[in-house]
Amino acid sequence: MPRLLVNDKCLKRNYSFLRRSFCNAGSGKSIKTWNSVVGLEIHAQIASDSKLFSAASTKFGKSANSCVSFFDCATPGTLPVLNKKCVEAGVITALALQCQINQISYFDRKHYFYADLPAGYQITQQRKPIAINGKLKFNVFTSVANKESYFKSSKLKQIQLEQDSGKTLNDESTKRSLIDLNRAGIPLMEFVFEPDLKDGEEAAALVKELILILQRLNTCSCKMDEGALRVDANVSINRPNEPLGVRTEIKNIGSVRGVASAINYEIKRQIDLCEKNIEIVNETRAWDVTSNKTISMRSKEDKQDYRFMPEPNLPPLHIHVDKELKNTHNLVDATILKTQMPEMPQETRNRLQTDYGLSKTHSIILVNEPILFDLFMYLITCNKNRSPYIVFKTIFHELLGLLYKNNQDNDYVLEIRDEFGKLIDFLQSEKINLMVFNNVLKELVKNPTISSKEMIEKNNWFQISDEEELKKICQTLLDENPHLVEQYKNGKKKLYKYFLGQIVKKTNDTANMKKVDQIMKKLLQ
Amino acid sequence: MNNLLTESIRTVGRKIASSEVKPSDLTKAALKLTTQLRPLNAFINVTHQLAKTQSQESDSRQDSKKLLGSLDGIPIAVKDNFCTAGQPTTCASLMLADFVPGYDATVYRKLREAGSILMGKTNLDQFAMGSGTVDSYYGPSKNLWGSELARNYILEDNSHKNEIENRPTLEEWFIAGGSSGGSAIAVSSGMCFAALGSDSGGSTRNPASYCGVVGLKPTYGLVSRHGLIPLVNSMDVPGILTRTVDDCLAVLNTIAGPDNMDSTTIKVPFKPIELSTSLDISGLKIGLPKEYKCAELSEEVESNWLEVSRLLEEAGAKVLPVSLPHTEYSIVCYSVLNKCEVASNMSRYDGLEYGLRADESSSLDALYAKSRSEGFNDVVRSRILAGNYFLLSENYENYFVKAMKVRSLIAQDFDKVWDSGVDLLLTPTTLTQAPKYQDFICADNQAQCSVQDFCTQPANMAGLPAISIPIKLSRCGMPLSLQLMAPMLCEERLLRVAKWIEDIVKFPRLVLK
Repeated sequence: MPRLLVNDKCLKRNYSFLRRSFCNAGSGKSIKTWNSVVGLEIHAQIASDSKLFSAASTKFGKSANSCVSFFDCATPGTLPVLNKKCVEAGVITALALQCQINQISYFDRKHYFYADLPAGYQITQQRKPIAINGKLKFNVFTSVANKESYFKSSKLKQIQLEQDSGKTLNDESTKRSLIDLNRAGIPLMEFVFEPDLKDGEEAAALVKELILILQRLNTCSCKMDEGALRVDANVSINRPNEPLGVRTEIKNIGSVRGVASAINYEIKRQIDLCEKNIEIVNETRAWDVTSNKTISMRSKEDKQDYRFMPEPNLPPLHIHVDKELKNTHNLVDATILKTQMPEMPQETRNRLQTDYGLSKTHSIILVNEPILFDLFMYLITCNKNRSPYIVFKTIFHELLGLLYKNNQDNDYVLEIRDEFGKLIDFLQSEKINLMVFNNVLKELVKNPTISSKEMIEKNNWFQISDEEELKKICQTLLDENPHLVEQYKNGKKKLYKYFLGQIVKKTNDTANMKKVDQIMKKLLQ
Repeated sequence: MNNLLTESIRTVGRKIASSEVKPSDLTKAALKLTTQLRPLNAFINVTHQLAKTQSQESDSRQDSKKLLGSLDGIPIAVKDNFCTAGQPTTCASLMLADFVPGYDATVYRKLREAGSILMGKTNLDQFAMGSGTVDSYYGPSKNLWGSELARNYILEDNSHKNEIENRPTLEEWFIAGGSSGGSAIAVSSGMCFAALGSDSGGSTRNPASYCGVVGLKPTYGLVSRHGLIPLVNSMDVPGILTRTVDDCLAVLNTIAGPDNMDSTTIKVPFKPIELSTSLDISGLKIGLPKEYKCAELSEEVESNWLEVSRLLEEAGAKVLPVSLPHTEYSIVCYSVLNKCEVASNMSRYDGLEYGLRADESSSLDALYAKSRSEGFNDVVRSRILAGNYFLLSENYENYFVKAMKVRSLIAQDFDKVWDSGVDLLLTPTTLTQAPKYQDFICADNQAQCSVQDFCTQPANMAGLPAISIPIKLSRCGMPLSLQLMAPMLCEERLLRVAKWIEDIVKFPRLVLK
């Protein structure tokens, strides 16, 4: 079996997420004298066809105000009708995050005036949300180079169901505000985490793990570029053994990389201020992607009173949670949903390690990329003889880089996965070597219709593994170069490499070099 | 045709079914009457064109013997806080003066689908905030009783036909009660056979009482609120105004039942109510809550109350005094809850999506402020202000939470009475006959509501069904009424006894000349 070495350089190059997250790792001497405290509030759009309280479509990218029901634009007399699908999504997500499901939860009105909030209030769950007291355990990498990671657990205070607001677009040319209500009423789950993280890396790792879980559950697309997942971060600093400092809130961070960068920037900004004895003000800030800075949006001093009130048009939300009782009212049934839970990312990682012998790091990397994970599972299940190790390595060391280089979407792997599998089989059975493997793969990534077998045959790229034949080739080379053999035998050991190189050349890259090595050593004795 | 307009739905329905009367002719007569009675200001909009179309459709169903039921071809009216697709729905406010909804309220849709004919949208206090139908952007409504226009009618009393005595001058007219005053006038005058009102604290029963018609507030959740522009969501119920208990039942059977669009409707399918022809009330336990005998109760209403309870007793019912000890707190409790929900419900009127948008572009806040202060009257604005104050986080516990606690105490009062075996409660609907306009406006809206809603409001707190039935005329010829209240979903019992009372008191009928 050919051995493919784990090459960290290769990992870094190919594995963009890790690279992105860790470029901002905060460092510097002053950090040691400060603690930083980070808490996250994450809004995830529930994957559903219709809105939380109306039948309007939730499709992304529709023309402005085309997905708006009478209820969504707060037409007088309309009433909210709770979407059962969204409740189910909330319950199954809560179960996956080890929450306690509230058998009865309530909806509340949160009042504020804004142009894209047509009713003048948002329907949310303030007093008693659908689920409380969960936790999320996730891996945090300390550095890519030494592949060290540690487990961290964050407490999830609550999950609440709520509706999204619309969107205001400011048209500078006409000095007008334009309102798009397509997003108004879109179902959201808000995750409120306790402030128990310490920096941007931990926060980014939490978000990444949450994304993986939600994608597994199919309860959120997690497409951050479509606003399907938005992160707010509360950040404060304090000296060890002193009370928590004044916190700032960074709103609507729109990428995992942004989470790490924004929080680390904010921690550093607060430390800089404190060291200059400037007071930190309680305010809301925005993460500006272009300048890589957080920018003050509004001070919390003119704090709004949201005048919360129970939503009178929605009865209490009952969830069936007791297995012993009959679900007579056809409630959303947590006991059934629990049995339908897919495997969670951490379970998958454990399985990859125990069943397939992957290392912890490799299992993390694999699970972090759902599409490549699916490819991996596909390849090893449709041919049980395939080595998980080789399959992993060829995906992450060879395929991934080529996909990036050729600007191919990861979805492209669906088109080439069968041919890719055949190619792996050639490699694993030593019919070809890694070099040939790469040459064929380069073509495959450009053109999904090629046959690797034909290409190998046409170019006569099959590996020469026949010992007799290899011996002949080696002997011929040595016979042609008697004086070099003599020099080698006289101690010029460097020439050994030259001999191997010549074999590569002579055989047009097809000799089984492991065997050549053994044969050559024998011949030169 | 005119004398048919003041008949019952049952009588006219038979004539339609037997093709004796054409729905379009009936509608034409009713439309003509709306023009004659315009001074009463019952309607904000008369839907002439729609009524014409609908009645012609009814004609053709009549021709093809495919009538849709007892309401097919029957002219009705709808309070102008129920949405009607394509017809302005104003809530008697400038804010919604130009608002034309794109959908029908469920109750109107059901009536329309049963073949009834919409005559128009009736007047109310702005956003149903009031008890007189005097605080309307379109001006006050006038009670037919005691007005000059009553001369167009004959009073049919125990089959005696009497001319109505001459009435006060035009300046001295009586209010219709409210907030569904327009609907009550429309029904009492024969401009329609039935009308929808809404009832959050008595807004259907109060004008029914003053206008001498039957006013039913069904159990909360029995009838859909979808499309009813809310006042107090947790108390609002569509109400029914008719001239007879049977007519009321015909409408209830058409509009009641669960609605997917209103999550607060009771999920159990509604079984149409049928009243047995023999009305036996012997053995019924009827309670007279002593707290309803308040200081402001007029002597005439009180003696009326006692007389009917005596009649019930004579017929074999057991009449007994009961106590609802938290009654006196109901009004103040309602006042807090009402304002909180009003403040919240009214926040959607920002002039952006619909409604009045003031000419103001300096800032979004300035636009809101100007639109809202122009679009709402003083009553609405002051309730919004008070409600927002009650909902501030520092006040929430002291007002909203406390009021909710009082509310459950009031509901418990009723539960205790029902648990003790009482079947129904008999009370006054209003404390007096209809007040004169000049007297009524001497007190402000809030002061009036606290008197006007005194007997009706507790039923809303507890979600109970209640009905106002006209009993007799006062010494000066104005209707006096009483109220029956029943446990939740006991509409059958409520209507059965109401009908028994109706049969025995023989309230004089107004018949068009």
